[in-house]
Amino acid sequence: MTEETIAENKSFFNLFNICAGIVVVIGLYITYLRFTGGLAAVTNLSDNNPWGIWISFDLLCGVALAAGGYVTSAAVYLFGMKKYHSAVRPAVLTGFLGYSLVVLALQYDVGRPWRLPYPLVVQQGTTSVLFEVGLCVAIYLTVLFVEFSPAALEWLGLKKARNLAVKLTILLTIFGVVLSTMHQSSLGSLFLIAPSKLHPLWYSPYIPIYFFVTSIIAGLSMVIFESTLSHRFFAYKMDETHLKEANGITLGFGKAAAYVLAGYFAIKVMGISAGNNWHYLKTGYGTWYLVELIGFVALPALLYAIGVREKNLILIKWTSVLAILGIILNRFNVCLVAFNWQLPSSERYFPHWMEIGISVFIVMIGLILYRFIATRMPILYAHPDYKDAH
Amino acid sequence: MSISRRKFLGWVGAAGLSATIGKSATASTHKHFTGYPGSFAVLHDTTLCVGCRSCETACNKVNDLPSPDKPFADLSVLEKKRRTTTKAFTVVNKYNDPERPKKPVFFKKQCNHCLEPACASVCFVRAFTKTKTGAVIYDSSVCVGCRYCMVACPFEIPTYEYDQVLTPRIRKCTMCYPRVSKGQLPGCVEVCPMEALTFGKRQDLINFAKQRIQKYPDRYVDHIYGEHEMGGTSWLYISGVPFKELGMREDLGVTPAPELTAGALSSVPMIVGLWPVLLTGLYAVSKRKEKIAQTEQENAVALALDKADASPQSIISEATESQTGEES
Ligand code: SF4
Ligand code: SF4
Ligand code: SF4
Repeated sequence: MTEETIAENKSFFNLFNICAGIVVVIGLYITYLRFTGGLAAVTNLSDNNPWGIWISFDLLCGVALAAGGYVTSAAVYLFGMKKYHSAVRPAVLTGFLGYSLVVLALQYDVGRPWRLPYPLVVQQGTTSVLFEVGLCVAIYLTVLFVEFSPAALEWLGLKKARNLAVKLTILLTIFGVVLSTMHQSSLGSLFLIAPSKLHPLWYSPYIPIYFFVTSIIAGLSMVIFESTLSHRFFAYKMDETHLKEANGITLGFGKAAAYVLAGYFAIKVMGISAGNNWHYLKTGYGTWYLVELIGFVALPALLYAIGVREKNLILIKWTSVLAILGIILNRFNVCLVAFNWQLPSSERYFPHWMEIGISVFIVMIGLILYRFIATRMPILYAHPDYKDAH
Repeated sequence: MSISRRKFLGWVGAAGLSATIGKSATASTHKHFTGYPGSFAVLHDTTLCVGCRSCETACNKVNDLPSPDKPFADLSVLEKKRRTTTKAFTVVNKYNDPERPKKPVFFKKQCNHCLEPACASVCFVRAFTKTKTGAVIYDSSVCVGCRYCMVACPFEIPTYEYDQVLTPRIRKCTMCYPRVSKGQLPGCVEVCPMEALTFGKRQDLINFAKQRIQKYPDRYVDHIYGEHEMGGTSWLYISGVPFKELGMREDLGVTPAPELTAGALSSVPMIVGLWPVLLTGLYAVSKRKEKIAQTEQENAVALALDKADASPQSIISEATESQTGEES
């Protein structure tokens, strides 16, 4: 690394620290207001709009974007794609942080957060999709914790515990895929209960499948995006394997994402014809739907494909941003834009700035933790003691 | 207290009323449920309703709700469409009859006490119970406050105490479960001066409503709202104008809410059962492929070495060593 980039990095981190500081102070202030004044003090939630951006962004997008963990570990450990091995640890770390932050966000959103264990320990509402989501997220968070633990244990020098955790890899990976399939799709199933409130273009009996498939797209794209960022800011932490494998990962994951996006496009179109919803495409909501479908599904599919064909890494990296935005757009559409579409605009929801403030605050906590861990633990490099271990 | 025949269809005495009420049970099965036999309901005949808001007053009183921003006698509030709130479990709205513009129609809105409630089926702590009286009641002592019930309710009924810090609750009409359990009529039914509300066994009320519609075909549209909507509700309505003019959805269909998610939920055991098997299989295949590739490589190395006829022993052992190193 040249001196120039080091200096550049330094000034970037200074800037980052300042921003992080501001966001954290504001976040803590809003936290204080939330837990002393109730939800009404900081949100625009209403009786007609009980779910706002803390659900649509923090929960729905959070879980989807944290899918990189199960996608990568399944590819490497179950499908035998060893050449992507160096992507596993960063992906698992993001997954673990992502899910932890989802749970943190729920503390803000639900009315009585200290009762969150109630569905498990007091009374089980097994007919609820949310029960299944809660159960899976709780177990999966534990799985991710164990999957992530070798890095922490290597850092702490606890060899025995680390070796034990590593032995569980295959089992945990299988667990992770099963649990992820269930709750990623179930987050979509949450909306099956409200056909009268969700616009027919977005409401579909296939919505669980859509949510699951998009979680794969989100996972693949996040790995590409994240590795881009890590290379920009933490390259000095990376060992040779990581640096060498990085381009292969970008290409391989880009290729996979292109296929999955194309498949997703196809089943979306099938969904419209199955519901015979073509006539809705002529309405305003139809236009918006097409923006999502063409601009954020078909386009990234095409760009990924071109990028892979021409081995254009820059294009693939930018496409990953587009694909991620597409997932976020989709979750917002399902949960907010197309939800309650029949209500007059005066009764619709728009987030309070403090809701956005908390969402930014939580993302910022994620970034701070990621930096803390990636600069200390063997995430972007193999620990010298366990070099041959993978 | 005298209960007129029209207010309480069926005329069982107060004692009989409490006797018919058994213990409560949840309605959380996937089997189609057509209501507890003998459960109660309320029939709202909108053609009799004059929009006096007496029911709102009574509801406010029997539920100890905070007094409203504008007094109940102030009928100007009818000019704006209202929904249920934490302060009002029931609201009366005014609508125009498209055919008789001069004569407004009033419609009382409250929880419909669905036979298979969406709110109950989505609550992950089972805070809602469909009781044998017909009432859907809520237990705030377990509620987490996820508000999924509000998302799910097709009639937009449950409301939330967003301004409460430590004890926010879902609030909604209880069909006066405490009163009915004591043999009293629901507050709103009891007070209605026009007898637009009738309490009774659900089946009796449906029969009664059918008779009314038959007897006065000019007065009513031929539809008992709530008989089949969302699998049926314990609050029924008859009206002289199509229900969509009264702000009621006519596109809800007859599928009970729990069936909407039953399919997705029943696929869970499939995933749990099949995925691990498939994934382990996949893992085995990829492991085996690796093994084969490795043996082939080893053979090739051995072959090459044989051919080269170089000092075999040491090189082979070196080669295999590095192989095993890679594998683990
Ligand atoms: S109307 Fe809504 S709140 Fe009332 S029982 Fe039905 S689903 Fe539940
Ligand atoms: S808000 Fe309370 S009652 Fe409603 S679904 Fe959630 S836990 Fe159940
Ligand atoms: S039944 Fe009771 S709670 Fe429901 S609207 Fe009537 S008075 Fe209010």
